[in-house]
Amino acid sequence: MTIVYEDRGDEAASDVPVRRIKFTVNGAKKIAEVEPRLLLSHLIRRGLELTGTHMGCDTTNCGACTVLVDGVPVKSCTMLAVQADGHEISTVEGLATASELHPLQEGFREEHGLQCGFCTPGMMMAAKALLDSNPDPTEEEVRWALSGNLCRCTGYQNIVKSVLWAADKLRKAQP
Amino acid sequence: MYPSRFRYEAPHSLDEAISILRDGGDYAKVLAGGQSLVPLMKLRFASPELIVDINNVPGLDYHRADADGTLRIGALCRHADLERSALLKGTQPTMTAAAPLIADPIVRNRGTLVGSLCHADPQGDWASVVMALGGSVVARGPGGRRAIALRDFVTGPFQNVLEPDEIAVEAVIPAAKGVRSGGYLKLERRVGDFATVGVAVAIETSDGKVTNAGIALTGVGGSTIGADEAASALVGQPLTAETIAQAADLAAGAARPRTDHRGSAEYKRHMVRTFVVRLLTPRDDAGAAHGAADGEADGIAERAA
Repeated sequence: MTIVYEDRGDEAASDVPVRRIKFTVNGAKKIAEVEPRLLLSHLIRRGLELTGTHMGCDTTNCGACTVLVDGVPVKSCTMLAVQADGHEISTVEGLATASELHPLQEGFREEHGLQCGFCTPGMMMAAKALLDSNPDPTEEEVRWALSGNLCRCTGYQNIVKSVLWAADKLRKAQP
Repeated sequence: MYPSRFRYEAPHSLDEAISILRDGGDYAKVLAGGQSLVPLMKLRFASPELIVDINNVPGLDYHRADADGTLRIGALCRHADLERSALLKGTQPTMTAAAPLIADPIVRNRGTLVGSLCHADPQGDWASVVMALGGSVVARGPGGRRAIALRDFVTGPFQNVLEPDEIAVEAVIPAAKGVRSGGYLKLERRVGDFATVGVAVAIETSDGKVTNAGIALTGVGGSTIGADEAASALVGQPLTAETIAQAADLAAGAARPRTDHRGSAEYKRHMVRTFVVRLLTPRDDAGAAHGAADGEADGIAERAA
């Protein structure tokens, strides 16, 4: 894995502050060298080449870059990669197994929860955290939990239905 | 977008953090939740040379009440912790109302109350809440601790009185002497937006009369506005339609709104008045859910208790 740093021209290569961090991504243990100003979203997309995490607004508004850090949704454009040291990152790539979609992904397919699909990974990760802590949310609770994620296509109706569909399926799968 | 280059330290104790800050040169910033600082750095509004990340310092993520009811909120207590807090629900109606209205749910997972106070954004919701409650910020530096009343802590937009080698370690809300009530109302264009208008009201009553009152306004001036005349007018009075109307008029008079893309100055002043009336008027449905109420304009996020 290579990350190329910008050369300001006024310092030696050895002066660039670089840190080595240990973390897990979707269960896989990783070690990376990062300059502290590298954003978590950039580490995920460029360093780890997990491009399912999207960069939308880059200003902490849209939530397209939402990932889970130790199970908690975080806007990865607003966290430094170096802060992932010692933590568990989950991205949208970790939802499905090799053979099976996650119920959230199935829900988005069944209920037509996406159009252009740009916001979808962030929506799913925020929804996953909701369902992990609240397996039987009301529609209001789904809307509230997703209120940090913007969608410009769907009007949200079908996204909410998709999450409720997934909640239903996950509950039925419980013994 | 990238921040400009900085040196990064993530100490494991406050003493270590303070000593790094002391030796750290002129332009160091403390990083807690980072939900305001990181965007500022990405936009290059701030280009600190040194970031001291306190997220690895243990024992700062608390919020707890002392035996006398004084509430203490540590520097790593996240907005989400306060939103879910059982402790606040029974004892801190203004904070309980405000917590779910800070930014959006994902930002609330990382952002901190103390960081929000330090950031001193005139549109920051917590500053009004803490000001209305007569709260303060405790700073620690090489010389020890000092408590600074919030109204002295913030000196202007995005400015506070912290020394370069001081860290804000906790916010303190004094205990109520009477029965505490109040709330926070925020007009926003959409969930997660900054306040077009925000009003925090914190009152204490005893024997049917107001014994202590605080009213503070968000987003209607160059900094958080303490509507002190409005609050003083309530003290010693029962809450009646007349006393409430008088306080609301005084609060609206204290606002210094400007016309911008969020609304006209006249509209914002009107909303201050409306919010003060709503917050002071006793309600049957205490703890009502958020959302537009009573057919009012869209985007009024409301949770009064």
